[in-house]
This record gives sequence, C-alpha cells and structure tokens, in this order.
Amino acid sequence: MGSRSSHAARIPDVDSIQRETGFSQASLLRLYHRFRALDSNEKGYLSRVDLQQIGELAVNPLGDRIIDSFFPDGSLQLDFPAFVRVLAHFRPVDDEDHGNRDPREAEPLNSRMNKLRFAFQLYDLDRDGKISRHEMLQVLRLMLGVQVTEEQLESIADRTVQEADEDGDGAVSFLEFAKGNGTFYLARTVSRAKCQSQEIRPEEDSRWGKGWLLKGKCRVIIRRGNDAGQAKQEISISVRLTK
Amino acid sequence: MLRAALPLLWLPLAGAGTTEEPTQEPGSPGEPPPGLALFRWQWHEVESPYLVALWILVASLAKIVFHLSRKVTSLVPESCLLILLGLVLGGIVLAVAKKAEYQLEPGTFFLFLLPPIVLDSGYFMPSRLFFDNLGAILTYAVVGTLWNAFTTGAALWGLQQAGFVAPRVQAGLLDFLLFGSLISAVDPVAVLAVFEEVHVNETLFIIVFGESLINDAVTVVLYKVCNSFVEMGSANVQATDYLKGVASLFVVSLGGAAVGLVFAFLLALTTRFTKRVRIIEPLLVFLLAYAAYLTAEMASLSAILAVTMCGLGCKKYVEANISHKSRTAVKYTMKTLASCAETIIFMLLGISAVDSSKWAWDSGLVLGTLFFILFFRALGVVLQTWVLNQFRLVPLDKIDQVVMSYGGLRGAVAFALVILLDRTKIPAKDYFVATTIVVVFFTVIVQGLTIKPLVKWLKVKRSEHHKPTLNQELHEHTFDHILAAVEDVVGHHGYHYWRDRWEQFDKKYLSQLLMRRSAYRIRDQIWDVYYRLNIRDAISFVDQGGHVLSSTGLTLPSMPSRNSVAETSVTNLLRESGSGACLDLQVIDTVRSGRDREDAVMHHLLCGGLYKPRYRYKASCSRHFISEDAQERQDKEVFQQNMKRRLESFKSTKHNICFTKSKPRPRKAGRKKKDGMANTEATNGKPPRDLGFQDTAAVILTVESEEEEDSDSSETEKEDDEGIIFVARATSEVLQEGKVSGSFEVCPSPRIIPPSPTCAEKELPWKSGQGDLAVYVSSETTKIVPVDMQTSWNQSISSLESLASPPCTQAPPMTRLPPRSLVTEEPQAPVNLPSDLRPSFAFPMSLAKAGRSHSESSADIPQQQELQPLMGHEDHTHLSPGTANSHWCIQFNRGGRL
Repeated sequence: MGSRSSHAARIPDVDSIQRETGFSQASLLRLYHRFRALDSNEKGYLSRVDLQQIGELAVNPLGDRIIDSFFPDGSLQLDFPAFVRVLAHFRPVDDEDHGNRDPREAEPLNSRMNKLRFAFQLYDLDRDGKISRHEMLQVLRLMLGVQVTEEQLESIADRTVQEADEDGDGAVSFLEFAKGNGTFYLARTVSRAKCQSQEIRPEEDSRWGKGWLLKGKCRVIIRRGNDAGQAKQEISISVRLTK
Repeated sequence: MLRAALPLLWLPLAGAGTTEEPTQEPGSPGEPPPGLALFRWQWHEVESPYLVALWILVASLAKIVFHLSRKVTSLVPESCLLILLGLVLGGIVLAVAKKAEYQLEPGTFFLFLLPPIVLDSGYFMPSRLFFDNLGAILTYAVVGTLWNAFTTGAALWGLQQAGFVAPRVQAGLLDFLLFGSLISAVDPVAVLAVFEEVHVNETLFIIVFGESLINDAVTVVLYKVCNSFVEMGSANVQATDYLKGVASLFVVSLGGAAVGLVFAFLLALTTRFTKRVRIIEPLLVFLLAYAAYLTAEMASLSAILAVTMCGLGCKKYVEANISHKSRTAVKYTMKTLASCAETIIFMLLGISAVDSSKWAWDSGLVLGTLFFILFFRALGVVLQTWVLNQFRLVPLDKIDQVVMSYGGLRGAVAFALVILLDRTKIPAKDYFVATTIVVVFFTVIVQGLTIKPLVKWLKVKRSEHHKPTLNQELHEHTFDHILAAVEDVVGHHGYHYWRDRWEQFDKKYLSQLLMRRSAYRIRDQIWDVYYRLNIRDAISFVDQGGHVLSSTGLTLPSMPSRNSVAETSVTNLLRESGSGACLDLQVIDTVRSGRDREDAVMHHLLCGGLYKPRYRYKASCSRHFISEDAQERQDKEVFQQNMKRRLESFKSTKHNICFTKSKPRPRKAGRKKKDGMANTEATNGKPPRDLGFQDTAAVILTVESEEEEDSDSSETEKEDDEGIIFVARATSEVLQEGKVSGSFEVCPSPRIIPPSPTCAEKELPWKSGQGDLAVYVSSETTKIVPVDMQTSWNQSISSLESLASPPCTQAPPMTRLPPRSLVTEEPQAPVNLPSDLRPSFAFPMSLAKAGRSHSESSADIPQQQELQPLMGHEDHTHLSPGTANSHWCIQFNRGGRL
C-alpha cells in the first residue's frame, strides 16, 4: 500500500500481460495496487489466506470455490500475471468481428465461451468435464442453504441435471451447460458456418423445421436468442453432431 | 351492432339525469303527502354512482366488442379504438345535451384512475430487470425529461418570436416552458397500452416504461416550479427560487420514493399477521398502496413514484406471506382495475376532446409542438444513449434508439395537467389545451398505430417467452455470486457488490422481519422455480393425458431410473410409478377371457354406482374464510382421479401397451418413434444425439429399449384392448351419475351411510386386476393375490392405500392402480394362477346387489366391519400416515404451502 506507484512500468512484464489479457494500462495499474494491497506481507504473491481474508468473500456461498479457481492445479501461490489472467475472464466481450480472426489463434480470455468455462469449472469439482448429479447437489446445497430438506434438495438436483442433460449420461457436459445458459440455440440459430472439414448441409426435420446438419469441425456464427445487445454473436466450436 | 346499441342504452339514462330532475323536484312538494307510494323514481339519489357504473360498463362492453374481431385489435391498439369511441360518444352527448357533459376531470384522473394503473405496473414490474437497467432509466427519466421540457419550451418561444405563432397566443417564455414541462413527459398509461401489444424485448420495454414511470417526479416538479414562476411573474423570480426549484426536484422524487417504501414496509409487515383473516389480504394490498399514493399526493410529492416503489418493494414479501388464493385475487383485481381505469381514461380523453369551448386552435403552435416533441425526443435519446453506451455492458443499438424515440407517447397525464392550468394566470391556456389534445391524439393514434409495423420492419428483437428452467435460475444465481465475489477480490464496489450486500441484508434482517416464519423458511427462488415446474408438469400431464409419449413438451423424468429419492414432486411420483413396472405378457395371455371382461365391466359399473364423495359437510358461512364449495371439491376429486388415470395410461403407454382404442395416435406415434429410434440406435451403436434440448423422447427410449422384444407380443393384445375401451367409457358415465347423486343427497355423516365403494373396491380390484386390467397392468400379473385371501388382503390394504390416491379417487377407473401397487409392494403374496379366477367371481356379484341397493338402504352391506377401518381413516385422513389420502394430501398441501 505504501509504495503507490503511479506508473504502470513498475509492474513486471506489463506488456505481455496486457497483450494476453487485453486490460488497459490504467486498469492494470489499479489491479496491481489491489494485488499489492491484498498481499499481506509483501510476499510478491498471494496465498489462499490472503483472499480468504476479504470479508465479503467469506459470506459468499461460492467464495471458497472462487478462491479455488484462482489457484489452479493445487498451486499455493498466485502471482500477478495469473491473478490478472483469471480476472480477464470478466472483461466485457469484445465487439470486434471474430469471424475475421485467425481460427487457430487462441480465443481471448474474455470470450463468451471462456466466461462460461470459468463458471463451469466452479461446478465441476473433479474436472472431468461434466457436472455430475453429485456436483450439482453440492452447488445447490450452497445456493439454497438450509431452507429445504435433503430429499427435496436431491430431487431438485435430479431435476436440474435431467433438464440440462441431453445425451442421457446423467451429467451435464460443458456443451449442455452452455446451452442451458442460452448461449446458443444451435438448431435454430445457426445462420452461417465455416467448416474446416467434412460437411454441413441444411436439413428438414419434423421437430425443428429447417435445421442444419453439422458434421465435422465447424465454426458457426449464431444468432443469440436472448441477449438484447448483440444480434449476432460468433462462437467457434468444434462439434461433432450426428443425427 | 352492439356498439350501436350502446349509446341507445345510455342516452335515456343520461337524459334522465338531466331532464328527470327538474320534473320531479317541483312535483314532490306540490302534491299532498301521499300515504305510501307504491313506486317511486329516485334517479337523482343514485345518479352519480349509477353513472360511474354505467360508464365502466360501457367501456367494458366496448372492449368486448373490439376484441370480437381479432383482425382489428391486431392492427389497431386498443387505446386508439377507445379514443375514437370516446370521440363518437362525446359527439353524441354534445348533440343531445347541447353541451359537453362528461370530461376527464383532473381530480378524478389523479385520485382514482391513475393509481390502479401505476400500482399494477409497479407491482408486476420485473424488479430484477428494472434495477439492472436503473442507470439508463434514471438518465432518460431525469435528464431526458428536463431536456425535452426546456428545449421544447424554448423552441416554441423562439417560434413565437419568429412570428410563426399567431399573436393572439399571449405567452411569454415562462408560459412556454410550463407548457413544455407538461407536454414533454412520456406517459406511463399510453406507453403501457401500446407497448404491451408490441412485444419488444424486455430491456427496451423496461427502459421506456421505467422512464415513463419515473419521470413523473420530474414532470411534477417542473410543472409546479414553472407554474409558480408564472404566477409570481417572471420579474419577481429570484435566484434562490431557481435553487429551490432544483432542491424540490430531489425532495419530490426522493420523498415520493421514501413514502412508497415506508408503505411497502407497513404492507409487508401487516400481511405477516393475516394468517387467521386470509380474506382481507388482497384488500390490505390495495388499501396501503392507495394510502401511499394519497399520502404522497397530500405532501405534494411524486405520487406515481410512491406507488411504484410501494408495489415494487412490497411484492416479494407480500407474495410470500399471503395465501395462494389471495395472490390470485390480488393479481386479478389489480389487472381488472388497471385495465378498467385505462379504458376509461382513453374513452374520456376522446370525449373531452369534443368540447370545443375549452380549446382554441392555432396551427403554428400545434404543428410546431408536434415537430419539436418528436425532434427533441429523438435527439435527446440519441445523445443520452451515446453517453450511456460508454458505460453499458450491453449497448443499446440504433434500432433500440429508434423505437425509444418513437415510443415516447404522451397521454392523459399531460392532458390532466393542462386542464389544471389557471386561465387567469395563463391567458394562452386554451391554445395549450388544443395543442395538448392534438399531441396526445397524434402520439396515441398515429404513433400507436405505426409502431407495430415499425418494430416489425426494423426487426427489433422481440421478447421471447421461454419457460423458466431450473438451470437458468441456478446459473443466474451462481453468476451473481461469482460477479460479486470478483468485485470483492478486485476491491471494486460496483453494482454487483451492492446487490450482494443488499441481498445479505435482506436475508438477514428484512426477510426475517417481514416474512412469516413458515414462508421465510421455504422461500427461495430456485425452490420456487422447481415448485412451479412441478405444478406445470402436473397440469400438463392432466391436460395431455394419454398423449404423453408423443409430446415432448412434458419433461417427465422417466429417464434412467435412479434409485427413487423423494416423493416431493409429482414428477418423481410419475417416474416412480413409471419405472416400477415390468412386463410379463404370458400371464396376460392366459388370463384373458370373455368372462373376465364381463366381470370387470360389472366391477366398474358397481364401483361407479356405489361411488359417494365422502365428505363431511361443515356448516360454512364464515365471512372470514372461503370454504371450498361442493363444486370445487368435486373438481378436485375429478382432478385427482384424472391424475391417477393419466398416470395409469402413461405407464401403460410408456410400456407400449395400449388399452384404449380412443387413443390410437399416441400409441402409433410412440411405436413409430421407438422403431425409428431403435433403428438409429442399431445403426449408430450409440444413443442418438439430438440438437434440441427439449427432447426427452430419446432418453425415454433408452429405458425402453430393453422391452423391445415384448412389444410384439403386446400388439397381439390389441383386440382385447377394445373390450376395455368400452369398459372405461361405461364406467366413467356411471361415475358421473354416481357423483351427482352423491352430491345431491347430502350425507350428514359418513358413518350413517357407509361408503360402499370402498367395500366394493376392496374385493373387486382383484378381479379387475386379473381381468381387464391385465393388459396394461401386465407388469405385475405374475404375482396376483387371490381374492379370497383375506389375510393377505388385510395386510396389503395399507400398501394399497399408500399408493398415491385420495380416498375419493378409489372410484372405478382408479381401482386399476391399487391392485397393481399392492402386488408390487407385497412380494410375498402368492402367485395367482389363471384358474383361480373363477371362484373369486361370486363375491363381486353379491356385492353388486348390495351396491345397487346401497343408495336406498345402506345398512345391509356385507362386510360392514371391514369398512370401519376405512371410515375411521376417512375421519381423520390427515392423521393416519399410511392412508392413500395422506399421501396425496402431503403432495398437494406441501405444494400449497410453499
């Protein structure tokens, strides 16, 4: 706190961090100050305890999980670049047309899919890419608190998983999770698709009306259904859909 | 036709109001005091309430007439039609009475017509959406209204200076500013009326509508300040007066909001203690909200803001506290009052416009005002949006801006305010009135008519109605928490931070204080969604009946059967009964015989005939409670019976065994689908992956695939099924008769007339279970208990009852279920061989006689002693845990409590 530098140059590797996360110099500086403020004994890194000492986080039902997400793979230290990298998930989505971007380039951290992935891994404790019924139950227990009985909770968890579960494996995969959050209604909203391989063709289906048959790796441009701001949103996904 | 009749209906009465009075007045004193008049005409005593009622009636009838034609209402907003109707009616009144009789009086408007509309919109305002967009709403409401008022006023003054307004309009800059302030505010009534029919997306709607509600405070302040400045005369206005004007803006708006919140608090607190007087709950909501309005009005604060905040603030707690029925009552009364008030407002607007004595026309002023309000509204919106978009996460695009500027409708508030002007202080009042009328008519009619095509043409995103899902609710909450947590980590106290703080506070203190303890304990949004989904499932299940399999809309969790968890939900119940069955068709084949079916028919006939609703009639004339009347109870029974029947049919359809001819479609569809899916499964070697996430059929199939081999044999049963159709119908008719007779002869006590249906049921279900039910209840036929095994029966009676069935639903169609569950739940029961059927037939026959004679003489029913336990259970159904009734009661009561 004491060493308030007003210059972004004081931050180590400021350029590479900026390139990776997309934060402006000013926000990086602000974050750096915050980082230093959280760092209790000037260690140069944050420990779990540092974050746990934030009072408001203690009452947040998901507080522990969020702290965990700052410390991936069981690491105990959080340096500034990693700190910023996690926070970069929460930058607003860039408006530039992603269709022109090189598909091989890594998606920016603040893309919609990465935001969702961040939320997803808060549910997915064992990191198997699926929210099992048990994991759902744990989240629900946190969210609902003690207000309902255990068996009610279990039936809610059942119901929640069933609702999102499409392939019948009794768990929610990331794709199903994303769909549940209204990110894309694939069947209805695919308006344009770039295929890297294989085929894509429109198909008439009795249930969905006109639809698309996607096969292979595709980059699809979809029209988001429920977001007021943007009519079009482009998300690159690699789906293998067989009908 | 009807519309033509309306004035006719109304005219004589209106005429009576004016003409009858003088004739009667001189008549009564002139005559000698008569002894006792047989008939007296007392029109003047009831005149005013009568006229009010009549107006409302006319307005409502007009509404009905408008909605007779769907084409008209889809093209023309109702508000336009009502204004036009008002013009016509006003013209007729003018022609008949020679003077404009009925006006939109500002007093009536502000005290009676406006509050219900505002309360309705405040109470049903999506609060989350409102607060999420609060910044934008406040900007448009405060800055936008100020901008509109000053620019319009100044531009009009400039127009006058330039000589485009006739010199007979005597008005200075202050007068024009006053006029600008009253004409600039977007009107909530008009906006609501038009935007409700144009389904634009929620964000756009809440911004326009929220603006129209909040800007009332600004309008009131501006109007009052300008008015007092005009009255003081521009020369006497000091600099402190301007400061006072600015200060009063805060006083009026914040004071109004505070009054509203105080009353919301009071209201929530009051409803916490209404447990024993449920009947006044809806009244309290209206009374306290109205009190908030009047209090704010009294203190010359913004009354609209007060009542909006009251509705917005109290809703959560009130909804949790009051009973389910009160909630419905509040909802409907509020909607009725609001739509009624709205109708009258627009009609009176039309009528008021006819009175030419009040207004004076000036083309320059009218056209100039029209142009300026449109122009400055658009300009203001664009400028503000540009600023706002710098901060908004989801920017408002150009199309949104077009709709927002075009949706700035003016309405009755402006009209009422302009009528309130003092002609002695503002000589140009008549011109202002005329201009306001034109502006209001133009915005409501022209803009209202064109906004729909415009929205369509611009492809404005419409609101989407998607069903609430648990996932959505859950993830929304998680995201909120995540964002709040991240704001904590970053140390930025932003919107999410304060939201989180507020929720913590609300949970810790406010909800504890304002919510009934029982309500607080179980009040949770996720739970709420879950509960509503269950209710919806149940209802759609009943509605769709046998078509369950073919419809994907019903999300039955019939999926891979997990170990049964809790029966807290209908869905779980369905799942349980759905997955518990296993097929054994060999048994069915041997069981089938004509005799069996005959017997089954007899059984159902009997059950139907013997059916009695087993209720004790309470003396119910309390003014404080609404007791269910007989009709309602019967409805409930019918519902429960239906529910069970659907359950049954669902189960059997699911297992691809159809038992009625009347539902061939689902069977075919189901089988076809199944076959198709089976093929895909065969080809792909893995479960078909579908794009749609509503698709449950595929999942159902994975369960069914194991029964694939059975379906062939079940198809051979089709002929037999037809026999059962007949049975089912016959019984349902008989059931109806039985019910009617049962309800007519008021059984004083269930003890005196023993409910023989249960008696019959007790024996007969066995028959039916073997006989006709075997087809679709085939699953358990492996373990059918012989009828004469009384001991096992007595044991199993409890298990029978424990199946989800109210006592009243043990009527014929339902009886299919009991035997089944009985068997499933009693594994030690000996297997019944087909040959065992014969002996058991004798019993039902004797019962049949008893059953028939039952209605006359009920005493000689065999096995009376066996009825006792059942009757006993019936007396305190809620206490005995193992009974059928308690099971269902728990289900539904729990639902009701939540």
